[in-house]
Amino acid sequence: MIRWLSQTVVPVVTILVALVAIWYAAAIPMNSARTYMMAPDDAEIPFSELVTDTWSQKKPQLPLPHQIVAEVKKQATFSWIWKEKRRGYKRSLIYHTWVTLSSTLLGFALGLVLGVSLSLAIVYSRVMDLSVMPWVITSQTIPIIAIAPMIIVLMAPLGFTGLMPKGVISMYLSYFPIVIGMTKGLRSSDPILEDQMKTWSATAFQTFWLLRLPSALPFLFPAMKIGLAAALVGAVVAELPSGARAGLGARLLVFSYRSETIPMWANLIAAAILAGLLVVSFSLLERALNRRLGFRNAAEASS
Amino acid sequence: MSVVSAQGLSLTYPGNIEALKNVDLSIEAGEFVSFIGPSGCGKTTLLRVVADLEQPTGGTVLVTGQTPEQARQARAYGYVFQQPGLLPWRTVEGNIFLPLALMGQKRGEAAGRIADVLKMVELDGFGSKFPWQLSGGMQQRASIARALAFDAELLLMDEPFGALDEIVRDRLNEQLLELWRATQKTVLFVTHSIPEAVFLSTKIAVMSPRPGRISKIIDNPLPADRPLDVRETTAFLDVAAEVRAALREGMDE
Amino acid sequence: MTLAIAAIVVWIGLWALNVMLARWLPERQARIVVPIVFGLTLVLVVELLVTGLKVPFVILPKPSEMVARLFTSLPMLWEDFAQTILKGALTGYIMGCAAALFVAFLASRSDFLRRGLLPLGNFVAALPVVGLAPIMVMWFGFGWESKAAIVVSMCFFPMLVNSVQGLAATSAIERDLFKTYAATPVQQLSLLRLPAAMPFILNGLKVCTPLALIGAIVAEFFGSPFLGMGFRIKTSVGTLSLDLVWAEIIVAALAGTGFFGLLLIVERSLTFWHPSQRR
Repeated sequence: MIRWLSQTVVPVVTILVALVAIWYAAAIPMNSARTYMMAPDDAEIPFSELVTDTWSQKKPQLPLPHQIVAEVKKQATFSWIWKEKRRGYKRSLIYHTWVTLSSTLLGFALGLVLGVSLSLAIVYSRVMDLSVMPWVITSQTIPIIAIAPMIIVLMAPLGFTGLMPKGVISMYLSYFPIVIGMTKGLRSSDPILEDQMKTWSATAFQTFWLLRLPSALPFLFPAMKIGLAAALVGAVVAELPSGARAGLGARLLVFSYRSETIPMWANLIAAAILAGLLVVSFSLLERALNRRLGFRNAAEASS
Repeated sequence: MSVVSAQGLSLTYPGNIEALKNVDLSIEAGEFVSFIGPSGCGKTTLLRVVADLEQPTGGTVLVTGQTPEQARQARAYGYVFQQPGLLPWRTVEGNIFLPLALMGQKRGEAAGRIADVLKMVELDGFGSKFPWQLSGGMQQRASIARALAFDAELLLMDEPFGALDEIVRDRLNEQLLELWRATQKTVLFVTHSIPEAVFLSTKIAVMSPRPGRISKIIDNPLPADRPLDVRETTAFLDVAAEVRAALREGMDE
Repeated sequence: MTLAIAAIVVWIGLWALNVMLARWLPERQARIVVPIVFGLTLVLVVELLVTGLKVPFVILPKPSEMVARLFTSLPMLWEDFAQTILKGALTGYIMGCAAALFVAFLASRSDFLRRGLLPLGNFVAALPVVGLAPIMVMWFGFGWESKAAIVVSMCFFPMLVNSVQGLAATSAIERDLFKTYAATPVQQLSLLRLPAAMPFILNGLKVCTPLALIGAIVAEFFGSPFLGMGFRIKTSVGTLSLDLVWAEIIVAALAGTGFFGLLLIVERSLTFWHPSQRR
């Protein structure tokens, strides 16, 4: 037990503690410009005063962890749920997180459907494989932020505004790892087992359902995890061009115009927490499914 | 002066696993010594201790009169592993050149040596091929050529032919014997196969497990000049029977 | 309306052509010809549909108009390209990936460092690092430096994870072999671990290419001099010059695909020996 702790927990915690220490130290020179600007000319500022000032400014260049935590606590209110929706809710971090989360989940779901369908087409049709695969790869070299305004513009006359275009933009980023992972997975079944299925005169569908799909899962799950993270990036990016007023990305834009650094960082932390929660819950789901399917861990099953 | 000598050599792994216990050994120059025994008897461990790839926990061992570490730094031996272990991004020649390059030689000066050594294992003409373009037997021969590249007096071989089929194995056994006669090196050879041990060696060290030790050393009376069909002679079969009996005894102890 | 029907006919016709090409052309030529035919089909069908269904310019310009705008705006597009991609994305990409390689090398020498960094690296690689863009603009100003900074932060962690994996990708036999040669750590690094790590390092470089592009352009949304692809796209959407937006998108696509293609060529020559490259 002690050994496990020292092997996994201690190194990570050490590095985290070191990073926080460096953060506090770096804040002193980075925020000092303002301190010197506000002090009378030629005044000698003792070091302790410099430290207390740089660690507690209102719009610091580098906000400190304690400031960010305080801001998150302040903004993470649930009160908008029962209070009138008119005033308070626009400032609630939880509300904005929910907005971004909804585009993320929609984007991920769409990306999953698109990714799996494309992958099936690519694996089972040679024409599709040759025609589409290079374009799938090319699609990722087109920066999504350039396409995003176009998608919003294109979908408006079709009657889709708000959530749907953001979902499509998010899908654009999340479908790619799923296509790649699922295609690799469907092609990874043991040739010996495929021969076995042939000796049993299994139909194409039976071979797919009983052999290829289960063999593909150890590749699909990590790909879905990457797709989930990519969907979040897509959702945040989708909020930027449309002048959107809700969601973590939009809030980031608004705060940056007003140079309100502490709320910006609070926003980022919320996004990071969201990402973390998504990844962790997916990992738990993955582990439960793996156990049910008899894989001890995905890496083993895919070797 | 013996090339390899060990006294009371022991190696105990954490958890009290006695891989080697009180091994005494003395090998003279020019001998071909096989180590044979069931799994867990410590034969590979012994070879690795000589090569300074593992450290003993007790006793002493001297290689060419020095500690194993000094011998390794002085490049006193060539090691052949169970798998060829050729670097896939280098040609066969590039792989053979590797130890020479590490010793500071330039490609030009080494070219002659590389060609010689390829000839010795009958791979001339294959120098510019990549490892994955060769069959398993050829890869293993390249690995042996590499071990001969810097002409160390000691050759350590850990079941080099274990992964090959019998026909290829016979051919390689013959070639190895010829090579040994031509170069007069001292060879330490670990194997699982009784016929292989009896065919190749001047001395056979039978080992047994739990704890790993040498239970018997058998001098091979067969003449040095042996063709492959010596394996059907009664003299050969007698030695093989002796080895088999010693192995069985070692297991029963 | 007739054009719209023509579009459907063209689509079916060219698809049938592609099916035949896929079946009858030898593998190497099919790999190049079929996707090109597919791409051309798409462009042609879109052109016919946009013209036939009289789609307004402000929704979707015709592909021919996009290309025309591309050719008439070359000087401006080149300046934008130089600003965003060469100065912002490329410098950030090189700095970020080099830094990641260096840290990965340090991590490969220290078990403790590796065990601490790798879980953190995996975690950060999943975060929307692009959100740091406004912060970088605040710290480094409106110029290309902030764009490079964002690209560095986006590329560092995925590259780190891949490089650490790569530097650990040697087998015990190979490491023992080098030990029997009494090789120095430098020799071991240059002759064994770096070549063995190449497939992973190149995979990391491939993964970071679209990240660099996204990072640089997103950063421009948060502040840029009156130059750069992100800036141009933002303002062109505002003035409804959609053909210019699409011209910029085409430039971005060409740049990204071109660079990726270059990486594929480098990959082929450096990792020709890896099973994934041998067919």
